[in-house]
Amino acid sequence: MVDKVLTANRLGDGISVWLDASGNWVESLQDAFVARHAEAVAALEATGKRAFDENKVVDVNVIDVEEVDGVLRPLRMRERIRAEGPSIAYAPGYRGLSGPKVAA
Amino acid sequence: MYRYDEFDHTFVSARVEQFRDQVQRRLSGELAEDAFKPLRLMNGVYLQLHAYMLRVAIPYGTLSSRQMRMLAHVARKYDRGYGHFTTRQNIQYNWPRLSDTPDILKELASVEMHSLQTSGNCIRNVTADHFSGAAADEVADPRPYAEILRQWSSVHPEFSFLPRKFKIAVTGAERDRAAIQVHDIGLHLKKDEQGRLGFAVYVGGGQGRTPMIAKKIRDFLPEEDLLSYTTAIMRVYNLYGRRDNKYKARIKILVHETGAEELARQVEIEFAKLKDTELKLPDADIQAISAYFAPAALPNRAEGWGTLAGWKKADAEFARWVQQNVQPHKHPDYGMVTISLKPIGGIPGDASHEQMDAVADIAEEYAFDEIRVSHEQNLILPHVALADLEPVYRALVAAGLATANAGLITDIIACPGLDYCALANARSIPVAQEISNRFGSPERQAEIGDLKIKISGCINACGHHHVGHIGLLGVEKKGEELYQITLGGSGDENTSIGEIIGRGFEPEKVTDAVETIVDTYLGLRRDKTETFLEAYRRVGPQPFKDALYGGSAQEAA
Repeated sequence: MVDKVLTANRLGDGISVWLDASGNWVESLQDAFVARHAEAVAALEATGKRAFDENKVVDVNVIDVEEVDGVLRPLRMRERIRAEGPSIAYAPGYRGLSGPKVAA
Repeated sequence: MYRYDEFDHTFVSARVEQFRDQVQRRLSGELAEDAFKPLRLMNGVYLQLHAYMLRVAIPYGTLSSRQMRMLAHVARKYDRGYGHFTTRQNIQYNWPRLSDTPDILKELASVEMHSLQTSGNCIRNVTADHFSGAAADEVADPRPYAEILRQWSSVHPEFSFLPRKFKIAVTGAERDRAAIQVHDIGLHLKKDEQGRLGFAVYVGGGQGRTPMIAKKIRDFLPEEDLLSYTTAIMRVYNLYGRRDNKYKARIKILVHETGAEELARQVEIEFAKLKDTELKLPDADIQAISAYFAPAALPNRAEGWGTLAGWKKADAEFARWVQQNVQPHKHPDYGMVTISLKPIGGIPGDASHEQMDAVADIAEEYAFDEIRVSHEQNLILPHVALADLEPVYRALVAAGLATANAGLITDIIACPGLDYCALANARSIPVAQEISNRFGSPERQAEIGDLKIKISGCINACGHHHVGHIGLLGVEKKGEELYQITLGGSGDENTSIGEIIGRGFEPEKVTDAVETIVDTYLGLRRDKTETFLEAYRRVGPQPFKDALYGGSAQEAA
């Protein structure tokens, strides 16, 4: 089974977040809880639905990731960009990453 | 410029407070997302990949310095210090907090701006030729009619829930700089043989997954019939436009399936019922709105001719900028200045808050307080005396805004793409940046001449790739980005949809492919006066296919 994490956007500011092992929504994919079997994925989905219903987050999705040398990497480019931030230096001082850089 | 009257102020302020209440109820949990989403979209608030996005309307792309300063202020106070000017002459902020959006809208309302109808299945911001009111080739300024359409379409009860979004563009010149033939309705302001003003009416153009060139259904519509005829079109569309499939819901599909002739007949029947109703525009109303757009009194500044020649001789960089970014104005002592938002290797359409403030200052001091946003994602100072071009240039250089590339290969349109957009399949901006860097030398750009590259990160075509001389469409294939190339598109008075040239290219190969296309053009053009588009229309796609694919089986898409 492909590893999975739960992601969403925070309701109040829309910032991308991931669910960690303590049930907190955190801003770094690298701190996300990784589901490695079907029961864990089902728990993620239930947690996501509850958080959506409780108006904490929006656009909730379980996404595919792989772990390479201890670093989580989403399989889809879309999710890599969500995790890392825009791939462009959009403003002075911006370095293109909001978390640890992952080799493309 | 148009100024809000008491009704406009009251209306926009009421909408801000209504939205504030909706946001508060959403944040408190009283409103669920499904109920709130259509409400936020009606106020231009999207959810993108990283954050919310706020799209602010810039009606017909016209701004005052005061308004531009407010856009800078919003970027500084509520966002990350920059904004993105779009192909619909609007501005988008990429990082606003939902909780801040009512305050942002309140601040915008203080300078007569809003974000209404920048999303949703309604009539969107009416766009116009960015040189309106200044161009030597126009019969009249089309913006008063765009303003009339804006007032008429704002929260129009009958047209707020159309089958799909609806875009109207107007031009007052034979040379179409507003791409009217790829809009749902395109209006070409013209005069008839008696000298009366009216419109050629085009319907059913559009890009997206099914690109269509609009059909002309009226050669001349008297100006007083603008609203009754437009209402007739909207009614036919609202009644017969498809609602079963969002990909077939635009009026272009209706026109295509019904046939332009039959659709025109249906519109005429509806129009006959509406022609002599309250929708007929009284001349006094047209005059009243037109008065807001009366051109600034431009004093003669004939001294500019001599001083300009001297400055150009003394400074080759300045001369190059004048050559490329300054167009003749209808007043011979003035020019229309394009402020390129396409620095070499930069992000097309982005401007920092400092740059927005700088443009506001320059416009106030030298350009009669007027700024335009072009659909090509640049800013325009429509009225600058030739005598003032040198100080304007110096100020633009200081702000990093003096790139001399208007209309050249590095003046690239690019949508936000997968770096921001929730709908995108591939990135657009980095591709634009790499092409810009590859062709960034002034000499090389000048040698290539006029060439429009347009890049979209998905089939929705916000980057107008279908009408790029060279169009790039980013797709996702097996989880990776791939770029499909189209050639021969054009969004002017001779609109054409680009043809797919063959299989797509990986991100690391697409700039090489563009270079191959450009080199092929340079090798086959008759002389330097034959533009890329002219050459392509003469020779067709085969020489470019041969150069890209070597005539191999690989060219199959």
